[in-house]
Amino acid sequence: MPTVTVRIPTPLRGFTAEADEVTVDAADVGGAIHVLNAAHPGIAARILTPEGELRPYVNLFVGTHNVRDLDGLASALREGDVIAIIPAVAGGAR
Amino acid sequence: MSGQVTLSPEARDGLRRRAGRGYPQEDCGLLLGRREAGRVEVRRALRVRNRAGTGERTRRYRIDPADYLRCERRAQAAGLDVVGIWHSHPDGEAAPSRTDARLAWARWCYLVAAVDRRGVRELRAWTLRGAGFREITLAPCPR
Repeated sequence: MPTVTVRIPTPLRGFTAEADEVTVDAADVGGAIHVLNAAHPGIAARILTPEGELRPYVNLFVGTHNVRDLDGLASALREGDVIAIIPAVAGGAR
Repeated sequence: MSGQVTLSPEARDGLRRRAGRGYPQEDCGLLLGRREAGRVEVRRALRVRNRAGTGERTRRYRIDPADYLRCERRAQAAGLDVVGIWHSHPDGEAAPSRTDARLAWARWCYLVAAVDRRGVRELRAWTLRGAGFREITLAPCPR
């Protein structure tokens, strides 16, 4: 099982006792989120819908690749990969 | 987050230079700094391309996740974090809109710059509290 690093953005660090990254063992991205949530309960609900899909306002990157352009949550991981959780950033005057 | 955010001279100058550059379109970017004991210290203000749709950019901004990732890596390399977001309101107020509140994240600092054709008129800081924003004190960095 590959060991990978999950980068935690500031808005979600309340779940990780302020840790900016967490190391997990997982074969794919969905598995990594599951393991992350086992160690830091509640964080997965901010990333995934109740149906287990990636929320529209969150992006996950493996290295420089958005998992939406790969195999989504089934995207395979390799030893040493870095998963970045990226909150969608948008807004405007109206 | 407590009620204060400090801006380094570099960040303040950067915002003054960049926040109105795209007028009359909205400008946007990421704030890099440190967050300690609930207080935010902004060291750098990076400008990021507004990826909102053509025709929407006078009233909307959107940061591409790949651009965010590049900024986050710059922050990490400098020993900093992404501590917030800045954006401009062309010919508007330095206060978040309902759209801003709907799309905001807790624990980040949001700087909103009111800009016109002459540049930045006003800069104010906000943080999400529940479903709405609360203004926080914006102070120069003491160092």
